[in-house]
Amino acid sequence: MKRLSRKQIMIIIGLLAFYAVTNFMINKNIIDSYLQLNMIVIGINIILAVSLNLITGFTGQFSLGHAAFMSIGAYTSAILTANFGQPFILSIVLSGAAAAIAGILIGVPTLRLKGDYLAIATLGFGEIVRILALNIDYIGGAIGFNDIPQYTNWTWTFILTAATIVLIYNFINSYHGRACAAIREDEIAAEIMGVNATYYKVLAFAMGAFFAGIAGALYANYFYFIKPDSFGFMKSIDILVIVVFGGMKSIAGSIVGAIVLTIISSFLQGIPELRMIIYSLILFGIMIYRPTGLIGDDKFIIGKKKRRSI
Amino acid sequence: MPVLKVNNLTKTFGGISAVTDVSLDIEAGEIIGIIGPNGAGKTTFFNLLTGLYSPNSGDIIYNLDSKITTHDLKPHKITHYGISRTFQNIRLFQNMSVMDNVLIGFHSELKYGVFCALFRLPSYFKSENEIYKKTDRLLDRLNLLDKKYELAKNLPYGDQRKLEIARALAANPKILLLDEPAAGMNPRETRELMNLIKWIKDEFRLTVILIEHDMSLVMNICERIFVFDYGNLIASGTPEEVQQNKKVVKAYLGEEVE
Repeated sequence: MKRLSRKQIMIIIGLLAFYAVTNFMINKNIIDSYLQLNMIVIGINIILAVSLNLITGFTGQFSLGHAAFMSIGAYTSAILTANFGQPFILSIVLSGAAAAIAGILIGVPTLRLKGDYLAIATLGFGEIVRILALNIDYIGGAIGFNDIPQYTNWTWTFILTAATIVLIYNFINSYHGRACAAIREDEIAAEIMGVNATYYKVLAFAMGAFFAGIAGALYANYFYFIKPDSFGFMKSIDILVIVVFGGMKSIAGSIVGAIVLTIISSFLQGIPELRMIIYSLILFGIMIYRPTGLIGDDKFIIGKKKRRSI
Repeated sequence: MPVLKVNNLTKTFGGISAVTDVSLDIEAGEIIGIIGPNGAGKTTFFNLLTGLYSPNSGDIIYNLDSKITTHDLKPHKITHYGISRTFQNIRLFQNMSVMDNVLIGFHSELKYGVFCALFRLPSYFKSENEIYKKTDRLLDRLNLLDKKYELAKNLPYGDQRKLEIARALAANPKILLLDEPAAGMNPRETRELMNLIKWIKDEFRLTVILIEHDMSLVMNICERIFVFDYGNLIASGTPEEVQQNKKVVKAYLGEEVE
C-alpha cells in the first residue's frame, strides 16, 4: 500500500480542477444563485448521507435520528455566530463537537439495542431534540432562529464535503473501520476476535453525529433562518432514503444518491402536487430493479480496485 | 503446570443446570476432545471458557503469559490473552472478503489510534502493510490465498470452516477452541481436517480443545477426552479408557432393560 496511488492523485487533481472551474463560474455569474443554492444543498446532503452511511451502512446500526444531530449542529452554530459573533471555522468545529457529544450520550444507553428497537429509540431521541428546541425561548422556540449571518458559501461547502468523504473513507479503510464492519456482520464473532463492540458502535455513532453537526452548521449559516420542524422525523427519513437509494456500504453510492435525489426533488418542486408521488415511484423502481441501491456492490468506491471489500 | 484449570464450574439457566460442578486440568500442547450427547453442555462450557457467559459459581484459571481468571474473561479481551475459538454454526463475516475476515483476526495486534487512521499518519501505513503481509502468509499456509478476494459466504463449506480456523489463528492464540469443526463434512474432508488440526497444533505450538461428534476424528487425534452428560463431567482419560467406560456407554446407548 503506497501513500498515494496514481488514481488517488488523479482524483485530487480532478477535484481541484472541478472546484476551480465552479468557483470561476460563480464569480463570473455563469452559475446563478439558484444553481448555487442547489450545489450547496447537494454538498450538505452528501455530508449527511455519507455520515449516516458510516452508522447504518458500515456499522449496521439502524438510526432514525440523524436530523437531530444536524439540528444540534445547526443551533450551536446559529448561537455562536449570531449571538456571540464567533468566527465560522470555530462554530463549525464546535457544532460538530456538540453533535458528537449528543451522539455519545444517546449512543451509550441505546446502542445495546438491536435493529428495530434501536431505530425506535433513535426516533424518540430525534423527537426529544425537536420538542426541546420548540420549547427553549432562547433559540426562538417554534418561531425559529432568525438573522443567522450567512457565512456558508460554495468554498466552505466544497472543502467540508471533500473532507468528510476523505476522513470517513480513511476511517473505514483502517482496522477501526474493519472492526465496525465486523460488528455489522456478526457482533458475537467480532467480540471473540477482540473487537470491543460497544466502543466501536459509540465511536461510529459519535463520528456520524460529528459530521451531521457540521452539515447542520453549513445549513444554518446558509439559510439565515432555522426552525425545529426543519429537522423532524421526515428529514431523518430523507437522509436514510439517500443512503438506501445510493447503496448501503458504499460511499460513492451516498454521493451519487445525494446528487441524484437533490436534483430530482428540486425539479419536482415545479409540480408540488405530484412531487411525492413521482419521488416514491422512483424509489419503488430502484428497490425493485436494484435492491442493493444504485452503487451497492462496492465496485466504484474511489481508489479501490476491487482489492478490498468491507 | 496446567495451562487451563477449571474448578467446580457451574452455570444454570433458570432451573436448568447446563454445566454442573465441572473440574478439569489441561496441560500445554495437548489435543483435548470434549464429547457428549446433544445438550450435554459442551458448547456452554466453551462459552464459559471464552467469557460469553459468566459462571454462577466456580472459576476458570488460564496460565498463559499472565494468569487469567474468570473475572478477567471479557469476550473482547479473550483473543488478547491468547485464547481463540471457532463456532459450531460457522460465524464468519459473510459479506466480507476472505482477506478481511483474517484481517479482523489481527485486530488486537494493531495499535494505531483513530486519529492516525483518519489522517493516514505514517504509523497507519507501517502497521497496515505489516498486517497485509502477515495475512497473505497465513492464507498461503492454509491454502486459501487464491480465494483471497472472494466473499466468505461464497466459499465451499469446508473452506468456510478452514477460514474460521484461519481467522482464529490470526489472533496468535496459545489455546485454540474448536466447536464441532467436522460438522457437516464428508469422510474425506474430515480426514483432511484431522491432518490440518495436527499440523496446526505443531506448527503454531498450540493447545487445542475441540468439541466433536465424529468419533473417528476424536479417537484418532485427541490425547485426552472429557465426556459430558447432562452438564456433568462423567468421564475423562485417553480414548481407550473412555471407550471402555461404562458410564460413557450408558450415556450414548442407554442401559439394557432387565
